[in-house]
Amino acid sequence: MRQTKVKLMETSDNALALAAADGDAAAFATLLERQYDRLFRLCFRLTGSQAEAEDLTQDICAALPAKLRAYRGEAAFTTWLYRVAVNATHDRRRRSASHAKAAQGWGDWEVNRVATNAETAERLDWLTNAMRALPDDIRDTLALVLDGQTHEAVGTVLSIPAGTVAWRVSEAKKRLAQIQKEEAS
Amino acid sequence: MSDDLDDLNQIFDAVTPAPDANRRAENIALAQKNYAALQETVDGARPMSNRPMMGLWTGVEKMMTSLTSRAGLTACTALVAVGLIGFSPVGDGLRGTLEQTDVPVIVTPSQIEADLLAEAEMPATAEEQLSDSFVAQSSGTAETLRTSPNVRMKAAPVPQLLEGYRPKKATDLTNDGSYFGTTENLVQSNPNTETYATAPTNPVTVTAETPVSTFSIDVDTASYSVIRNMISTGQVPPADVVRIEEMVNYFTYDYPAPTDGAPFRPSVAVSATPWNPNTQLVTVGLQGALPEIADRPPLNLVFLLDTSGSMNQPNKLPLLKQSFRLMLGQLRPEDQVAIVTYAGSAGRVLDPTPAGERETILAALDQLGAGGSTAGQAGLQQAYATVAEMAQDGDVSRVILATDGDFNVGLNDPEALKAYIAAKRDSGAYLSVLGFGRGNLDDATMQALAQNGNGQAAYIDRLSEAQKVLVDQLTGNLFPIANDVKIQVEFNPATVAEYRLIGYETRALRREDFNNDKVDAGEIGAGHSVTAIYEVTPVGSPTLNDPLRYGSADTAKNESDELGFLRLRYKTPGTDVSELTETPILANTNSEAGFATAIAGFGQLLRGSPYLGDWSYDAAIALANANKGEDPYGYRAEAIQLMRLMSSLSTD
Repeated sequence: MRQTKVKLMETSDNALALAAADGDAAAFATLLERQYDRLFRLCFRLTGSQAEAEDLTQDICAALPAKLRAYRGEAAFTTWLYRVAVNATHDRRRRSASHAKAAQGWGDWEVNRVATNAETAERLDWLTNAMRALPDDIRDTLALVLDGQTHEAVGTVLSIPAGTVAWRVSEAKKRLAQIQKEEAS
Repeated sequence: MSDDLDDLNQIFDAVTPAPDANRRAENIALAQKNYAALQETVDGARPMSNRPMMGLWTGVEKMMTSLTSRAGLTACTALVAVGLIGFSPVGDGLRGTLEQTDVPVIVTPSQIEADLLAEAEMPATAEEQLSDSFVAQSSGTAETLRTSPNVRMKAAPVPQLLEGYRPKKATDLTNDGSYFGTTENLVQSNPNTETYATAPTNPVTVTAETPVSTFSIDVDTASYSVIRNMISTGQVPPADVVRIEEMVNYFTYDYPAPTDGAPFRPSVAVSATPWNPNTQLVTVGLQGALPEIADRPPLNLVFLLDTSGSMNQPNKLPLLKQSFRLMLGQLRPEDQVAIVTYAGSAGRVLDPTPAGERETILAALDQLGAGGSTAGQAGLQQAYATVAEMAQDGDVSRVILATDGDFNVGLNDPEALKAYIAAKRDSGAYLSVLGFGRGNLDDATMQALAQNGNGQAAYIDRLSEAQKVLVDQLTGNLFPIANDVKIQVEFNPATVAEYRLIGYETRALRREDFNNDKVDAGEIGAGHSVTAIYEVTPVGSPTLNDPLRYGSADTAKNESDELGFLRLRYKTPGTDVSELTETPILANTNSEAGFATAIAGFGQLLRGSPYLGDWSYDAAIALANANKGEDPYGYRAEAIQLMRLMSSLSTD
């Protein structure tokens, strides 16, 4: 049931995107309305913070019209959009110097977490915290996989083989399990 | 496994917040605004979008290459300048200042941009600055236009700029330049990253103070080829490109050949200086012996071919392949060839193969394609390893590096490369460098490699140059007959008041280096001729340096009327100990100034030498024409053609 729906939406999204790329403002508006929440959800999973996710979504929205002109329909629109989102995330990470510290590892993050205000910390549950503890590439992969994308599609978005996606997912599980164990003890 | 992920996903879904409604509305509005702005921009900017702009730019280049008369260039460059100003956002202001100048001007778009920013900061003096910058720009016009890196142009008024990406208003030029900063509507030519080996022009030296002049010979020809390429495309070569000795040594001269089994024979001639009635030219010519072909040892050649992405231009890799084919026909069956490529990673594409197996070699050559970046160091290491594998007693081993000079991966510091190559040359392998293409030609690195690798550098810009280097002069370029050839001239203070060496600036040696066999110098190949020219002021003629008020410690105490004494040191290939040859320079060895003098004069004109007085390109043309000689290959006629072009291109 869910599969079919996604497939229908993708077909329709591709058509809308092509029309928008060609200058159809109404198509662009529909497309954006339809995709915004999904895009935001991905941004949240990529960043692990609502504020960050809002800003990242804004970046993507600002750049989307220009980028869309290059969309030729070779890839499914969602795949294409996810690649735009992942690239925007990488740009954002490069810009924020402080990020490197936060993402270095669970231990570093834990130190930071204690230091940052309690309100933010409370809002995030252990999974989000754990996601933030994962290395960037594994977290990106996991975020996309958790979004219901196939390993092939994730591979296309990240320009890596599907095998690498599978390896990263299992690596992510291993690390998450490890974090869980450490928290329990 | 998927169950695990489903669980994770459920948790994630549970913690994922809903997007903030206000931010959502704002972001969607922003996207739609940018979308609308972009549609308008597309319409407004279409005439200036990439493709048509490339056309215009190509047109400028074409104009520069096809128009040769000064008047034609002047008219057209002025038109282009006006055109650029017309397109620029503050064209109005610029047009006014243009009319005040009566010289042809070229305004590079980046200059406009810089000036715009300056204007925005200091409106009161902006007009003066612009005017000044025009005057400054008006010399070397063609060159400025063609070599300006990152030429960027922008369409006139953009209806509405994208928020979050550009300044809010088109007139908001105090921004950090991002007005010009995105790529969609811009043309960016590849940055020109050429670098050249250079040194200040040799000064006029007082003989009584410094009687000895020492330098290494130089049989490179790269500088001349680069200059020819520039002039024939309408560029005035910058002084840094001009190495006079490489121009002079591009040509062969009829010096007497050695007869007594010596590897080369020096000859000295004294002639009147065409550009100065008060001085004389001392021309030192070395003629290398030309052994019989049958007597030549087998060759081991390792071609180290640059197949990086930057080589993917018609005048680079394809020309290299053609050149290689030409040369293959000159090799004998006992010679061996191997090919190593470097691009991203180094690899051996042809194992050592006898030159007789043409089909195998050509097949390997045909498979080469350009791509990736340049792992120069790894390539060099593999090439030297291959040549060591091939070496047998009595063979001549040589690595021939063909590149556009872009060593952008690994060891890319000329000094470090020098050290590596210098260590390798002790293994007995020679290194020749063939430069291809223009744009990122790293002349400095090429020079460093060839000079330190016991080899020479040539620049190949077209097939006929490949013919000269790899076919007509193959023997000389591949079979060395004397290594580490150093020249030392001691001038006689009783007869010579002042002297200066024309060219060889990058080849100067210290006086004590002459007798030090550890100090590297240039090689002479079979049949090569090498020319060095001194301009000397005889005692009694007006000198540039005033005599010292208190005199020097002791003045010359000899009765000799020799002008000086020529000493040469060289090593026979395969030995580490140098041999010495000595010849006095007699004042009565008078001859006519020859073609070499004309080329030396041409080189000095190109370098803007202060020692030429009123001597002009026309005088150089007349002198060269009078001494053209037989010129069987037409090289000299071509040089005269270049002088004529420069005469047209240069300002009065």
